[in-house]
Amino acid sequence: MKTSVFIGALTVAGLSAGVAAAGTLDDVKARDMLNCGVTTGVPGFAEPDANGEWQGFDVAVCRAVAAAVLGDSTKVQFVPTTGKTRFTALASGEIDMLARNTTWTFSRDVDLKFEFIGINYYDGQGFMVPSALGVSSAKDLDGATVCIQTGTTTELNLADFFRANNISYEPVPIETGAEAVQQYLAGACDVYTTDASALAAQRANFETPGDHVLLPEIVSKEPLGPLVRHGDNEWGDVVRWTLNALITAEELGVTSENAEELAGGTDNPEVNRLLGTEGTLGEMLGLDAEWAKRAIMTGGNYGEIFSTNIGEETPIGLARGLNAQWTDGGLIYSPPFR
Amino acid sequence: MTIATDPPKESFRLSMLINDTRYRSYTFQAIAVLALIVIFSILGNNLAQNLAAAGLNISYEFLGDPAGYDINQQPIPYDSQSTHMRASIVGALNTLIVAFLACVTATIFGVIAGVLRLSNNWIISKLMSLYVEAFRNVPVLIWIIIIFTVTANVFPQPRDFRGDNPTASMVGDAVAFTNRGVYVPKPVFEAGGWIVVAVFLASIAGIFLWRRYARKVLFDTGRIVPVFLPSLAIFFVPALLAYFILGRPIGLEYPELRGFNFQGGLTIRGSLIALWFALAIYTGAFIAENVRAGILAVSKGQTEAAAALGLRSGRIMNLVILPQALRVIIPPLISQYLNITKNSSLAIAVGYMDLTGTLGGITLNQTGRAIESVLLLMLFYLTFSLTISALMNVYNNSIKLKER
Repeated sequence: MKTSVFIGALTVAGLSAGVAAAGTLDDVKARDMLNCGVTTGVPGFAEPDANGEWQGFDVAVCRAVAAAVLGDSTKVQFVPTTGKTRFTALASGEIDMLARNTTWTFSRDVDLKFEFIGINYYDGQGFMVPSALGVSSAKDLDGATVCIQTGTTTELNLADFFRANNISYEPVPIETGAEAVQQYLAGACDVYTTDASALAAQRANFETPGDHVLLPEIVSKEPLGPLVRHGDNEWGDVVRWTLNALITAEELGVTSENAEELAGGTDNPEVNRLLGTEGTLGEMLGLDAEWAKRAIMTGGNYGEIFSTNIGEETPIGLARGLNAQWTDGGLIYSPPFR
Repeated sequence: MTIATDPPKESFRLSMLINDTRYRSYTFQAIAVLALIVIFSILGNNLAQNLAAAGLNISYEFLGDPAGYDINQQPIPYDSQSTHMRASIVGALNTLIVAFLACVTATIFGVIAGVLRLSNNWIISKLMSLYVEAFRNVPVLIWIIIIFTVTANVFPQPRDFRGDNPTASMVGDAVAFTNRGVYVPKPVFEAGGWIVVAVFLASIAGIFLWRRYARKVLFDTGRIVPVFLPSLAIFFVPALLAYFILGRPIGLEYPELRGFNFQGGLTIRGSLIALWFALAIYTGAFIAENVRAGILAVSKGQTEAAAALGLRSGRIMNLVILPQALRVIIPPLISQYLNITKNSSLAIAVGYMDLTGTLGGITLNQTGRAIESVLLLMLFYLTFSLTISALMNVYNNSIKLKER
């Protein structure tokens, strides 16, 4: 593969390396470090805190995977990626998994050759406007200047929405969410559009969040989830079932506090299988029996992760809505641990 | 009778390829070319194999698919249903627009600053040194962002123009400076409008003819024919006459605040202004140094010799100094124009939809065709650069030292 080093230098940047690395799980174990792609900073989802520690809803997934695979939730190297660089980073093998509010779409799954391992947040594209504008519906936005983050699905949704409603607009494409917010706050655009969760998250950081309203229209389906490279099913399974373990834990009432106690053995066989006291699920994944217990004890189950990072008690203040468990009328649903 | 005998014909031996100086250089050049071909074919083959192994095949079919995104500045009609190819062309035109504007402005800035830096006035020359050193020593990306941020925060929002007692107002009811851009009146051509434009273009050609005539008369008879005033007259009079005779066929459409933004008129977006101005002042600083170098390269003796011949100072500049200085200025100026064109790819920092923003940005992202897009991008920039340098070389040849 010596010549492929040259190729790598020639702009193709490691496409070949991605192909060469077949066993990501073994690579991660050998490296004793998980490389996880996250955003460059969206409050609540992935952002370094005052101590430089990455915190957030997406970050929690990375940490859970690290805990499950490596037994230590701190063995994660967070790689900030922009909307433009994220797929290249994953395809080239620079990161092992991407947890960066990335929308699961057909073309990304099939054409770009990635594997979405599930959905950890059901989102939709929304609009934020200053309340002083007096706009109550996105259909009133004829002629408005709209700030968008470039390289995302929002650009396409936006074009579709305005075309379908036969109204005009002026797009202002911006590279990162933070810059887009600055432009919006300076009044260089009337509207800022992105996923509704990110809008709420950004608004929480404004000086006067009350001066801005989210319009009722949600113009797209944005199922956000972690993803891995196509073609490495063992690794895909590890990440997929780590997320499912967090979801199942909430459904079964296993929390970061009682996981240790429940691991002593319970009457519920599914809890036992999840926590590794019954069956050989961990072994099937190529991990030890307590993988899921460690993942759950890192940041808690799905519900705990939600409420500590983006829930209604946090400044972000997102309601569970679609992201409630299926038993509570939401869409969060994990296949059984069996 | 003499018998002409041919010199014994030297038979060609293979060892002569190395030992004979007539052939040796060809041998080594051929070997070098072959080695180069082999290396590149190995690299290309490896690329193709690895791409195939990764399930990626080079295909430009995506260029025919609908782009699906909108572009704010459209020199040619475009909507989200147009193809990726058309989006790329819109981007390429936007690149050319900003490159052209920035080249012209940078040249003006550069010539003024370069000449003034040689001024005998201490304050002016120091101010110009300050400009040159400040602007060429800070990365252009930073200037772009500074100007963009300043315009976004200093100028009023369109909604400040609203109401009975607005906090902002339009300049002369015609031009509005907002933080989204500058809105200026747009010429509207009615029937006959294009005739006025044609007359105007013809009169510009007329100016050149007049100057050629003046030069010919000067060389043939030694009589000096005035150039400046007749040129001014040729520039204005025919076009104005045509304009009024045809009954003012060119009107103006004024921008007007409707809804969220100013509508009508011509919009010069904040992103274009930031990019244009930043490239112009940044590259202008480099051009200023070229100009200064060019003028200093002409030895003082030339000025003194011309003065001794009785030429006045204006003519010394025009006929003696400048033609020689231009020879030094033009070649590095070509590089600066190429730099502007390539630096315009920083447009994405302020959301200006140039070629890198459309083809190398959104199209690349949405289709995932990174290699194809980047190759095409390189081809576009290569074409631009080679064209600019070819055009400038034509000009350079016309002014360079002609040895007789």
